[in-house]
Amino acid sequence: MPGEKATLLLEDGTLFIGRSFGHPGEVCAEVVFNTSMTGYQEIATDPSYAGQMVAMTYPLIGNYGVNRRDVESGRIYVSAMIIRERARRPSNWRFEQSIEDYFAAHRIMGLEGIDTRALVRHIRLEGAMRGILSTEDHDLESLRRKVLASPPMAGRDLVREVSTPACYEFPRETTVEPPDVSAAPFRVVAFDFGIKENILRQLAGIGARTLIVPATTKADEVDALRPDGVFLSNGPGDPAALGYIIEEVKKIIRRYPTFGICLGHQLLGWAFGGSTYKLKFGHRGANHPVKDMTTTRVEITSQNHGFAVRPESLPNDVEITHWNLNDQTVEGLRHKNLPCFCVQYHPEASPGPHDSHYLFHRFREYLEAAAKRR
Amino acid sequence: MPRLSDIKKVMIIGSGPIVIGQACEFDYSGTQACKALRKLGYQIVLVNSNPATIMTDPGMADVTYIEPLNLQSMIQIIENERPDAILPNLGGQTGLNLTTELARSGVLEKYNVKVIGVEVDAIERGEDRIAFKETMNKLGIDMPRSAPAFSVEAAEMIASELGYPVVVRPAYTLGGTGGGLCYNVEELRVVADRGISASLVGQVLIEESVLGWEELELEVVRDAKNQMITVCFIENVDAMGVHTGDSYCVAPMLTIAPELQKRLQKWSYDIVEAIRVIGGTNIQFAHNPETGRVVVIEINPRTSRSSALASKATGFPIALISAMLAGGMTLDEIPYWREGTLDKYTPWGDYVVVKFARWAFEKFRGAEDRLGTQMRAVGEVMSIGKNYKEAFQKAIRSLEIGRHGLGFAKDFNKRSLDELMNLLREPSSERQFIMYEALRKGATVDALYKKTFIKPWFIQQMKELVELEEEILKYKGKELPDALLTRAKKDGFADKYLAKLTGLPEERIRGQRENLGVVETYDAVPVSGVENAAYYYSTYNAPDKVTTSNRRKIMVLGGGPNRIGQGIEFDYCCVHAAFALRDLGYESIMVNCNPETVSTDYDTSDKLYFEPLTVEDVLSIYKKEKPEGVICQFGGQTPLNIAADLHRAGVKILGTSPESIDLAEDRDRFRQMMAKMRIPMPEAGMAATLDEALQVAARIGYPLIVRPSYVLGGRGMEVVYDEEMLRTYVAAAVDVTPERPILIDKFLENAIETEADAIADGTDALVPAVMEHIELAGIHSGDSACVIPPISIPQKHIDTICEYTRKIAVELNVVGLMNIQYAICNDVVYVLEANPRASRTVPIVSKVCNIQMARIATQVMLGAKIAELGLKPRHIPHFGVKESVFPFNMFPEVDPVLGPEMRSTGEVLGLADSFGLAFYKAQEAAKQTLPMEGTVLITVNERDRPSVIEVARRFASLGFKIKSTQGTYKFLTDNGIPSERILKMHEGRPNIVDAIKNKEIDLVINTPSGKMGKEDDSYIRKAAIKFKIPYITTLAAALAAAKGIEARRERAASAKSLQSYHAAIQ
Repeated sequence: MPGEKATLLLEDGTLFIGRSFGHPGEVCAEVVFNTSMTGYQEIATDPSYAGQMVAMTYPLIGNYGVNRRDVESGRIYVSAMIIRERARRPSNWRFEQSIEDYFAAHRIMGLEGIDTRALVRHIRLEGAMRGILSTEDHDLESLRRKVLASPPMAGRDLVREVSTPACYEFPRETTVEPPDVSAAPFRVVAFDFGIKENILRQLAGIGARTLIVPATTKADEVDALRPDGVFLSNGPGDPAALGYIIEEVKKIIRRYPTFGICLGHQLLGWAFGGSTYKLKFGHRGANHPVKDMTTTRVEITSQNHGFAVRPESLPNDVEITHWNLNDQTVEGLRHKNLPCFCVQYHPEASPGPHDSHYLFHRFREYLEAAAKRR
Repeated sequence: MPRLSDIKKVMIIGSGPIVIGQACEFDYSGTQACKALRKLGYQIVLVNSNPATIMTDPGMADVTYIEPLNLQSMIQIIENERPDAILPNLGGQTGLNLTTELARSGVLEKYNVKVIGVEVDAIERGEDRIAFKETMNKLGIDMPRSAPAFSVEAAEMIASELGYPVVVRPAYTLGGTGGGLCYNVEELRVVADRGISASLVGQVLIEESVLGWEELELEVVRDAKNQMITVCFIENVDAMGVHTGDSYCVAPMLTIAPELQKRLQKWSYDIVEAIRVIGGTNIQFAHNPETGRVVVIEINPRTSRSSALASKATGFPIALISAMLAGGMTLDEIPYWREGTLDKYTPWGDYVVVKFARWAFEKFRGAEDRLGTQMRAVGEVMSIGKNYKEAFQKAIRSLEIGRHGLGFAKDFNKRSLDELMNLLREPSSERQFIMYEALRKGATVDALYKKTFIKPWFIQQMKELVELEEEILKYKGKELPDALLTRAKKDGFADKYLAKLTGLPEERIRGQRENLGVVETYDAVPVSGVENAAYYYSTYNAPDKVTTSNRRKIMVLGGGPNRIGQGIEFDYCCVHAAFALRDLGYESIMVNCNPETVSTDYDTSDKLYFEPLTVEDVLSIYKKEKPEGVICQFGGQTPLNIAADLHRAGVKILGTSPESIDLAEDRDRFRQMMAKMRIPMPEAGMAATLDEALQVAARIGYPLIVRPSYVLGGRGMEVVYDEEMLRTYVAAAVDVTPERPILIDKFLENAIETEADAIADGTDALVPAVMEHIELAGIHSGDSACVIPPISIPQKHIDTICEYTRKIAVELNVVGLMNIQYAICNDVVYVLEANPRASRTVPIVSKVCNIQMARIATQVMLGAKIAELGLKPRHIPHFGVKESVFPFNMFPEVDPVLGPEMRSTGEVLGLADSFGLAFYKAQEAAKQTLPMEGTVLITVNERDRPSVIEVARRFASLGFKIKSTQGTYKFLTDNGIPSERILKMHEGRPNIVDAIKNKEIDLVINTPSGKMGKEDDSYIRKAAIKFKIPYITTLAAALAAAKGIEARRERAASAKSLQSYHAAIQ
């Protein structure tokens, strides 16, 4: 069942015409790409993709369907997914829904039947940019006006849109295959800037009972929860727009062992006294090589970010522990005097290789030390 | 870590002859190993018994031994060469087994030879089923429930505990030889018995069946620093139950969620870490699609068929890297095209790879076309496309089975849905084609899934192809609408197939799409582990990304998938052509689709197109690259089949013209030409009816050799001795019409068959050697053993053969290689046939005579003259005997006799200073080691009785005890040769089979009574194969065997390097 005609117009005038799947309609968002060969469901439900349309470079998508277990959150966060060829008939033992039905049920747009490699090459050359995808309007002039009027990614605070409105404990009642945390020895407060479920599973795996709090939670409110450590999650948007959070993080790192991932890493960068900048087209995929300077080992990492910490902005008491070997950007930090560290990539890695779990174990050591003092 | 500095000389063991389950992928991996280790500065000692390999070229290693692959020759070679190390995991199972034997016998320790790449006990941890199971238990990795058995009774007990069906897996065998799936105790008894005799250690594993589970494979590489990477994730589309060598596969995994892929990867890493392999390892898992349970099936701590496929699918040369890692390097020291070094490698790509096997069931009458746990395929193709449909359809047209699409194969289209569903009951080589027609007839995706366990995603893709094809069929006889044609091309439909569907000529389809701008474009597969290398594939689904150079270039067309009659020998020639072109300053462009070969290695040619060998695909590359010409005569029949069409489309064919090739293949014209030149040919005729056949027979006299006119490679060919046989043959021949008559030739009885390979330049021809066949005329030349130089042909006939060869070459205007077959009968030399192209024997002649035939032929095709090259035939002071190797052990139901139809899969070469020893070595290398003493069974048909006397005398004088059956016994007794009578099976017990089972017979000499005979005696030969007793089915070979045994008893054969043999040629 070929869908409706769908037009994708980038802000620089580049045009792609394909067919829609999932939900018809119209959406403006930043167009980015992901080079993973699999893992479309995890990508679709990753809150860090809020405000973005994701183009998948691998040509065949949807082959193994979607299921309730392999999600990163309760809903689809991408503004749209752009693919080459969609499987009409998925096959996998755990498959519950096709991506067509899944996107339709979540009222999210999909675009198929375009040369995604051509789109990606364009973004690689010109950088990530805004785009508009529509099944309703095919008038290029009108689409162009709308896309130029949409908010750019730089300076955008998307965390407010994706963060939880209220505190909750993981696992929730609705969690599929919930881990058992009844005997977990540690308490962790996790700031939800768009947290992925896999991170929560990993925290459970190192023996942490995790309380997830809204992004706007104050440091003093955290004190009342008496945690052994604080976790700063991944999330969408520009960290520079999150001054209200950075102020609280500055206080938190002096009180608790703190571990940050992705946006959490960028916020720690600011809290340590550094700053961030926007990458030309970001890192999104499951195969980014990162070197751990402390062990000199190379890890193949899963990544999803459009901003990075500026290395020269960091003060002397901060050590750069990880570097990206593709473009020499900062991938990990550690404070020399405080029990605080963070990585830009996703060590919980879903999808992607499982090289980086040692970071969670490092966090566990900090939690143990804190728990002893407790 | 830098290279190991305490070793200087490394020994590499090849895999021997091509057999089912161990093919030329090991030439590919061994050649890469040589290259890698020499580059690291090591000296290489190479051993292999297979002369058709690139690795045994004298230039590939420092010292090359073409010797039987057994413990004795290995010990001799180690004594001669004193290597510091041995690299066992690049020569397939043979290399691993031999290394284990060498280690056990203490030889390695005695001569202080290190094993690199994999530890000896690691081989056992991986290969021994019991040890492997213990390791898996320790790692907490699930396996199918199983237990080992050394007897049929034990097997029965285990099976009843596990519950049927069960799988029988013999330990230490290739391609699942002797194993199988059993649904009941009766089947179990048969298979377990067979498996126990097939196993090197008499052990079989009785295993819980995982039939219908998903079969998933990973290729991982580990280095000395314990860094591990996954080169490729392969999904077998055929579920468990079909041997992975027969399975249809895709890479990357297309329907496996990342969560499972990650788990498989973690287990794989745990396994290779525990087994401590340095280099590549293949790990096979089964995943139950209903419960999610995953079990590990087996691992191969070595390069393999799968690793060759994974290498070609990803551009990661596993064997090359494994050899470097074995030499002490680590992944972080080897470059990676994406950035930095290989420790950062991850599978990459926006393309789909499909592997499809090629079978040869039609060659083995009586063999059932059924796929199971024992591998049956003789070759395979790989195709690359931008999407699954494109890659799938490219794979079909790569197979060269006369099908360019999935529809209308055999009579499947004419069958009812019920019949088709019934055909799908068990996996067969036709399954995909049957499914296609079933979908056309309305079968649902779910119904097909239930029958085949092929996952719905794949069936749905096929269904979409069927739907599009039905759309196309509405335009029968008309031009397709532009949009539909474009869609069809994007979905991979071949021009030729569209021509078949619409009834229009292929040229018109091509013309229409070219006018629309719908042409093949190209993309690259970058190579990992080296700087700046890539190879290319076509697509109709993306813009062109491949640039071309302005250099002078020549294209070489490869041989496609291995099959019986066209194997590694042709790849050898193509590789040499590419090397020669590079040396002459041309850019060499290779086109081939066989992932097992050296020709599809990334650095064999300057530019490799991994493409099907069809007019559409080759023409498209030709138009893009604009080479000065195309070499078609090295890739066997494959490129010749399309040469005329290419020529018509304006392609310049180098060397012998397509017209000359046609002339040589046209019986009538060739016969006229021979008559004109006064070169004798056996008398012949054609017949469309029985009467005509009888008339021809009356004219030329029996015996006759008869065959249908529309098949190639000797299919359906038979020797007919009398009118009754002729009547039977004609009655059984189907589809005989005046357009498709029966071809009848005089059969030259007791003729010595010979052949000559020549290089010709249009005015002159060089014949480096004449080969004498051991078996007499009537046995396909590809199956016959042969010797260089001849041993019983008088010089005058050799001169005549050379003269005829030159004359025919010049008359046919041959430029390049040619092969002519002759028979000598009653002192007259007859020409049988001429093939103006590379022949199967080119590598052997090249190696025995130290002349690079394919290289010289390439030079000649580019304009050099034989006279200028200063080439003269030289005296060869040693003997080279080629022996063929047959897959009869894989087809236990087939009678293993030789005849006019070729059935061997590979060959070995025995080199020695005397014919006897060379023959002995060749037999040894073909795993038919002749006994030094004991009992020989002689039972021959009536026709052969007169010649049996000399054979029997020789064996008697060597002290052998002779057992013979009634007729032979009487004949021998009458001629004063003592023998002991033994009963045939129908005569009572104990009989021949009992004696074979009891190991009372050491050699079987049995000439078949023929299928027209009154009783079937094939059980004798089948029993010999099953119980691994050497057997001989012609008296010529029996005589040679007697000479061999005699020579071997005088003195042991010594291992001598190819380089030393060559140095002695004057």
